[in-house]
Amino acid sequence: MSILLNKKTKLIVHGFTGAQGTFHAQQCLEYGSNVAGGVTPGKGGTQHLGRPVFDTARDAVRATGANASLIFVPPPFAADSILEAAAAGIKVIICITEGLPVLDMVRVKKRLNALNAAGGGVTLVGPNCPGVITPGECKAGIMPGYIHRKGSVGVVSRSGTLTYEAVWQVTSQGLGQSTVVGIGGDPVQGLNFVDTLKLFQADKQTEAVIMIGEIGGAAEEDAARYIKAEMTKPVFCFVAGKTAPPGRRMGHAGAIVEGSAGTHASKVEALKKAGATVVDNLSEIGAAVAAKLKGKSKARAARK
Amino acid sequence: MKLLEYEGKEIFERYGIPLLRRFGVLRPGEKPDSLKLDGPGPWVVKAQVLAGGRGKAGGVKLARTPAEARELAGKMMGMKMITHQTQGKALTVEEVLVEEGCEVAREMYISVVLDRKEACPVIIASAEGGMSIEELAHTSPEKILKVPVDVEAGLLDFQARQLAFDLKIPQKNFRDFTAFARQLVKVFTECDASLVEVNPLAITKDGRLLALDAKIVTDDNALFRHKDLAEKPDHEASEIEKEAKAIGINYIGLDGDIGCMVNGAGLAMATLDTVKMAGGDAANFLDVGGGASVDQITRAFQIILKDPKVKAVLVNIFGGIMKCDNIAAGVVEASKKVGIGVPLIVRLEGTNVKEGKKILALSGLKLEQADSLWEAAQKAVAAAKP
Repeated sequence: MSILLNKKTKLIVHGFTGAQGTFHAQQCLEYGSNVAGGVTPGKGGTQHLGRPVFDTARDAVRATGANASLIFVPPPFAADSILEAAAAGIKVIICITEGLPVLDMVRVKKRLNALNAAGGGVTLVGPNCPGVITPGECKAGIMPGYIHRKGSVGVVSRSGTLTYEAVWQVTSQGLGQSTVVGIGGDPVQGLNFVDTLKLFQADKQTEAVIMIGEIGGAAEEDAARYIKAEMTKPVFCFVAGKTAPPGRRMGHAGAIVEGSAGTHASKVEALKKAGATVVDNLSEIGAAVAAKLKGKSKARAARK
Repeated sequence: MKLLEYEGKEIFERYGIPLLRRFGVLRPGEKPDSLKLDGPGPWVVKAQVLAGGRGKAGGVKLARTPAEARELAGKMMGMKMITHQTQGKALTVEEVLVEEGCEVAREMYISVVLDRKEACPVIIASAEGGMSIEELAHTSPEKILKVPVDVEAGLLDFQARQLAFDLKIPQKNFRDFTAFARQLVKVFTECDASLVEVNPLAITKDGRLLALDAKIVTDDNALFRHKDLAEKPDHEASEIEKEAKAIGINYIGLDGDIGCMVNGAGLAMATLDTVKMAGGDAANFLDVGGGASVDQITRAFQIILKDPKVKAVLVNIFGGIMKCDNIAAGVVEASKKVGIGVPLIVRLEGTNVKEGKKILALSGLKLEQADSLWEAAQKAVAAAKP
C-alpha cells in the first residue's frame, strides 16, 4: 500500500503541450507513470509524446478513464484548471504551478469543500508544490525520480527541494519511501500536514514519517496537536527558517513570520511537546530515521 | 508588497472610505514651499515609512500654522526612524504626507486579513485602537472580534450590524460604519490584498467616523491583474533586491558575509540555518528558481557579489527541474564573466549530478566541491574567516 498514488493511477496532464508540461510529462513517462494523455484547449485530437491530447478534462476522462490530474498551466489559469479537473470527476488533483493569487485559491477551496461535502471525494495537492511520488509505482510531479526508493518512510513537506534533500538522505541510509507528498508553500492549499499525516497513519506500508515544515502560518502547530492525539508512528521533523528575519517573505508566499505568529521557535516547541523528533540540523534527519527504523527491525529479527 | 499610507488612502478614496482631507505629499527633491496648504488648520505632518509606531518615533507632528507645517515637513524629509517594528534598523523618510488635523474622541482598530486555516478573509476588530493589536491580542484576547467573510458575497448586512453593535458604534455613525466595513472588505477582495488595516479608525469630537491611517499589503502573485499596483515602486526592497526581482530572482539582503545561491525557497532558508549552525552568517537569501538558465545563474552571481560584505559564496543546488549540468555550466560561465574574487563552494545533488560535478572538476576553476549541505556550510564558514 501507499497513499494517493499507486500502480493503478492513470494521469492526465493539464498544460501538456507547454514547455514545462512537456518536459515533466516526459520525465513521468520515463519513470514508468501511466500518463494517459493531456489537456490543451484547441489541440484536441492531436498527439503529444505519443499520447492523445484533449480539448477539455471531461473529454480526457471519458476517453481514458483517468483518475488523477497533474497541472502545469500558468498562474492566471491554474485555479480554473483545478476546478475543471474536479468537475470532470478526477479524484486526485496535483497542481505544480507556482504563483497563484491567494484569493483564487480561497475561491477554489470554497468550491472543493462544497463538492466534498456532497461526497465528491476530491483531494487537491498544492499548488506551488513538487507533486507526489509513490516510488516504483507512480511519479506525478517534478521531483528527480532516481533519488527515491521503495520503502516504509512517508515524507510530507512544504518545500520542493527540501523534500528532495530529506528523501535523498533516507535513500542514502539504505531505506526507502512509501509515498512522498509535497504539499506546497502557499498560504491556502489543498492537502495540509494533518490531512497527510492521517493518510500515513492509516497506511500499512508506512512505518515512520518525515515532516518538513517552515516558518509562517500555523500548519506545524496543528500537526503537533494531531501527532499528540492520534499518531502512533514515529514522526521526524525539520522546520526551515530559524534564521529568517521577521516580516520578510522568504520566497514562498506562505513563509513569512508576522508578529508573534508563525515563528520557528513556536513550531519546534509544539512538535517536541507532541513527541515528534525535531532535528536542528537538516543533514541529520535521514540518520535519525534510520536509527529508529533499523533498531526496530533488529528487535523484530531478534524476536524471530 | 506594502503600500505607504498615502498610497493606501488613494485606494480608500476610490472606495468612498471616509478620510481626512490630504493636502499633498512631499517627495524627494521637492521644496516644502510647493505644498499647497489652506483651510483653518491645524495640519498633521506624517512621515511615510513602512512601520507602525511612527508617532512615538517623531514621525507624526501637529502644526498650528502652514509655515510650521512646511518647516516640519522639510525637517522630516531624510530623517532616520527606528520604531518597535523596524527590528533596530533605521528607515529613511523619503516622502511626507500633510493632511488635515482633527480632534479624536475615540479610537478603534479594524483590519481584514486572510485566515489561512479557514481559507477565507476575516475581519479583526477591537473597540480599543491606536495601540498594537498584537499587544492587545496578548494581554486581552477577549477584546478582539473576528468576523469571517465569504470571498464572493463580501461582508453581509447582518455581519456589519453585529460588528457595529459589538464595537458600540454610536447611533449617529452606525450607517457610516456598516458602509465603511463593507467597503473595507471590498478593498481587500478587489485589490487582491493580503492585509487591509485601519489603525486607528476614529470618531472625532465633532462626531465624524474617519479612517486616520491606511495600511495595505498586496498579494504579489495577483499583480498581473492589477496594472496600477504593479507599477508602484516596492518601498521595502533595496536596490539589489529590486534588480533581482526584475530578472525573476528572489533575493533578500541579510547581515552576514556568506553569499548563498540556492534553488527553492525552503532549501534556501535551510541553507541559511545550516550556515548559522556551522558558525557563520549568510549575506543573503537567494532562490534562483526552478527553470533558471545559464544566463540567470550568471546574473545571480553578479547580484550576490554586489554586496561588498560577501567573503565567500556557497552554491547549494538540488536539481529537480533544474539539472545539475546546467548549473555547473552556469557556474563556469559566470565565473569567467563575473570574475569571482572570493572562495566558491559548490554542492550539487540531483538530476545529472555526475555530469555537473565533472564539468566543475574539469573547468580549472578554483572552487571547492562538497557532497552534503553540512559539509558545504562548514567549508564556506571556514573560507569566509579572515
